[in-house]
Amino acid sequence: MEASQVVEAALQAELIHEHIVEIVSDSGEGAQKAGQTFGSVSARMGNGVWTVEIIPAEIKPPARSPAGASGIRIRLGSKQVTNMGDQADLVVAFNEQVLYSRIANGAYKAGTVLLIDSKWREDPVAEVQAQYNRALVEFRENGLIVHELPLEQACREITPNPLVGKNMFVLGMLCRIYSRDLDIARNEIATIFKRKSDKVIEINHLLLQAGYDFARDNLNFQFQIPPQSGLEGKRFIVTNGNTALGLGVMAAGMELVSMYPITPATSASHYLADVFHEVGGFVHQAEDEIAAIAFAIGSSFAGKTACTITSGPGLALKTELLALAVMGEIPLVLAVVQRGGPSTGLPTKVEQGDLLASIFGEPGDAPKVVVAAATIEECLHFVVMSRRLAETFRTPVLLLTDANLATGQQPYPRPEPSHEWLAPHIDQTDWDPNVPPYDWDPETGLSPRPIPGMVGGHYVLTGLAHTNESKVAYDSKSNQLGCDMRSRKMAALAGTLKPPKVYGDPEGDLLVVGWGSTLGAIEEAVDRARAQGHKVSSLHLRFLSPLEPGLKEIFSHFRRVMTVEINYSDDLTAPLITPENRRFSQLAWLLRAQTLVDVDCWSVVLGAPLQPGMIHQVLLRRLESLEG
Amino acid sequence: MFGMNADWSLEVFERYFTIGDYAGGEARWCPGCGDHGVLTAVHKLLRDEQVPPETTVCVSGIGCSSRLPHYMGTFGLHGLHGRALPLACGIKSRRPELDVWVSTGDGDCFSIGTAHWIHAIRYNMDMTLLVFDNGVYGLTKKQTSPTSPLGFKTNTHPGGAILPPLNPLTVTLGITNVSFVAQVVDWSPPLLYEVIKAAHRHKGTGFVRIIQRCPVYAEALSKSLQNDPDRILLLQHEKGIPIDPSVKRQFANFIDHDPSDLSAARELAQDQSRVPVGVLYHNPDAPRYEMLSSKGVEFTAKKRLAGLNAALDRFTI
Repeated sequence: MEASQVVEAALQAELIHEHIVEIVSDSGEGAQKAGQTFGSVSARMGNGVWTVEIIPAEIKPPARSPAGASGIRIRLGSKQVTNMGDQADLVVAFNEQVLYSRIANGAYKAGTVLLIDSKWREDPVAEVQAQYNRALVEFRENGLIVHELPLEQACREITPNPLVGKNMFVLGMLCRIYSRDLDIARNEIATIFKRKSDKVIEINHLLLQAGYDFARDNLNFQFQIPPQSGLEGKRFIVTNGNTALGLGVMAAGMELVSMYPITPATSASHYLADVFHEVGGFVHQAEDEIAAIAFAIGSSFAGKTACTITSGPGLALKTELLALAVMGEIPLVLAVVQRGGPSTGLPTKVEQGDLLASIFGEPGDAPKVVVAAATIEECLHFVVMSRRLAETFRTPVLLLTDANLATGQQPYPRPEPSHEWLAPHIDQTDWDPNVPPYDWDPETGLSPRPIPGMVGGHYVLTGLAHTNESKVAYDSKSNQLGCDMRSRKMAALAGTLKPPKVYGDPEGDLLVVGWGSTLGAIEEAVDRARAQGHKVSSLHLRFLSPLEPGLKEIFSHFRRVMTVEINYSDDLTAPLITPENRRFSQLAWLLRAQTLVDVDCWSVVLGAPLQPGMIHQVLLRRLESLEG
Repeated sequence: MFGMNADWSLEVFERYFTIGDYAGGEARWCPGCGDHGVLTAVHKLLRDEQVPPETTVCVSGIGCSSRLPHYMGTFGLHGLHGRALPLACGIKSRRPELDVWVSTGDGDCFSIGTAHWIHAIRYNMDMTLLVFDNGVYGLTKKQTSPTSPLGFKTNTHPGGAILPPLNPLTVTLGITNVSFVAQVVDWSPPLLYEVIKAAHRHKGTGFVRIIQRCPVYAEALSKSLQNDPDRILLLQHEKGIPIDPSVKRQFANFIDHDPSDLSAARELAQDQSRVPVGVLYHNPDAPRYEMLSSKGVEFTAKKRLAGLNAALDRFTI
């Protein structure tokens, strides 16, 4: 299509400032690929974008089953988009059954436009026809605006196998509906299929165009979402959080990632396995989670600080070696892409349930740095920061992200890396033999580290209690001193941190404290409450161990402080629960212990990202109870 | 001299290492423990091979055997129960020039670290792997080990071990990419030295099972073998290790065994009636994992940044 045609089409389109789109299908129908591509095209056109994948836990769940719903949500707008939003405005569905699980999750509202494949109406199995017809009646009763469209039939005119091609047809439809530039979409398709033949690219281009034409000819609506302002001259990249993690590993100059496959962490290593060699790095797939961290610790001990990436069950297995790294003061970066727990829990779904395990998971006192990325961009930059912290403070650093960040895609400023980001060349200068291997500065606990190869630097690292000479020592004084020095480093780090900035006014009725991927949803909810005149502010923590300073002071300017998290807490209205026996959400436990402020909490474990509308309602209820 | 800077010439003085350079703290093993002899052999070998102490790393797990790094004057990593091998593999991964040694025991390697034993043999990274096998848990005071013989009385099996022992040789020889397997007894110092030397010179994982005396908790196990040297079968071959005449006097039974013959090695390992000592298997050509894992170590910061920028460009909109 010519550029002039785009403009002409756009002129007729309804101007809107944001929309939420979903594509929902059976597993394996390519909905995610279509959605991610649509997100990339929209980002390239200057929109703010956030994508969330809808992933069933099984690889091949039964077709046409609610539990097998697979797909994607794309939220796009004329401003930066930081979360998945509330109910969708438009949904494309390949069958009616998969929509039931989305409806159960509250994904739609009265007025949501549904584009559904009408092929089930003619299905040879009578029961399928009946299910389809029943569902459509139900959907219409619930206020969905249903358009039945022969999607697969239209694809069949292009390809004999519409099952694998209809996702690109849908991409074409969305490009028409949202006035996207088809050339950008064509380029994206060429990139996605760059390893396939030209024939494959050609067919997908044809499907794209066919979808576009089909929407133009069969739908009586079209939208236009203007680009964000102020982007001119700035370079952006679009990645998901796990790719950002992988880029961060490279930007930190680390040479080794040692991992064992676990959902949802693994795709970070998939990405690295593809490109790490281009910066001279290597992905080691270990025999198990324990070996993965041991291998990384070995590399770090030898002077090449390594990274290991895992999720909850893997974190549990790594506990003992993490304590060895604390005890032996070995730098290490451990990225934890959180999923629902405990045990194997919800492998593909989001939770923020590993905070306390990360800080306190080891028997004995094992102080270490724990930071959490709040955005996809931070997934990248925090790896660079974590490597530097690990080496400066001679400690493992846990970097927490989660399944929401891992699979969500967002445009963010392209990092401009410099030499300082990379790990320095390995130090092989002679070591003064009069300097012990743990030459602790009593003020900070910090000490320089001998590296194998340094003449005169040899020492035996041990997980046993030891002196500053790294000699095994079971005496009282040595053990107390070693524990003091390892803990002192946390205080030294805390001393370098600035108090966090309050979002909104620095005083008011209610302060919401969050951490991790909930940043965008919390701030959007706060904006809505403030727009209604409520005195609500929020605070988002990146450093969880040590905690950022000044919290008690900040809290003192609010009538009530509460955390909002995606992990478990008891609801005070539940049977048997009293203020005395209530179990709090994880950050709330931490803040209560650290500040002695009566911090309240609201948290849920729905296996889904928090939505601004949901948080907004919570804030209004809490504000109401303050009045009461 | 020859127009060279005299100061510079000072720097090329050769360093010569004595046994003292490899010695660490005083060994705290029990009197009569077989570990002392192994430590002596390792010290002597490093001196003879003149390996710089600062590029030598001794890695261990937990147990009596795993105290060895503390008695060395080299870098050491006294790790965790069963985890010596993945720690050692990690050290080697991006620093292939380091001389890595692993000291472990029958509990550490064949029980709590079993997964790593299997996979480390398969990785075949260039390191010397000494397994001190005394058939009993010593540091934790006499519990059954995977190599305790059937009926052996311990604190966990006061009525005697209830399972037949695991055979570390058949297991190791069954692992894909195994490249060096030897067995030796601690009470033959010349043979011990030669076997460890062969394992150390081998490019790959040199697995040495050292049948070792625990005079405190399992004296009977080694005594029965010491008192019956006819059960020991000395392996010799022109491709194998040099055998000192004193060793031949010690062990009357010997056979010719070609260490490149894996099937013959497996048969010898399988035979319960004899205890083979010497090199069972040696394949100098097996691929080594560090050849893959260390790719790119030479990259300059400039090259790394160029690769990184190219990666970022692929996502740039």
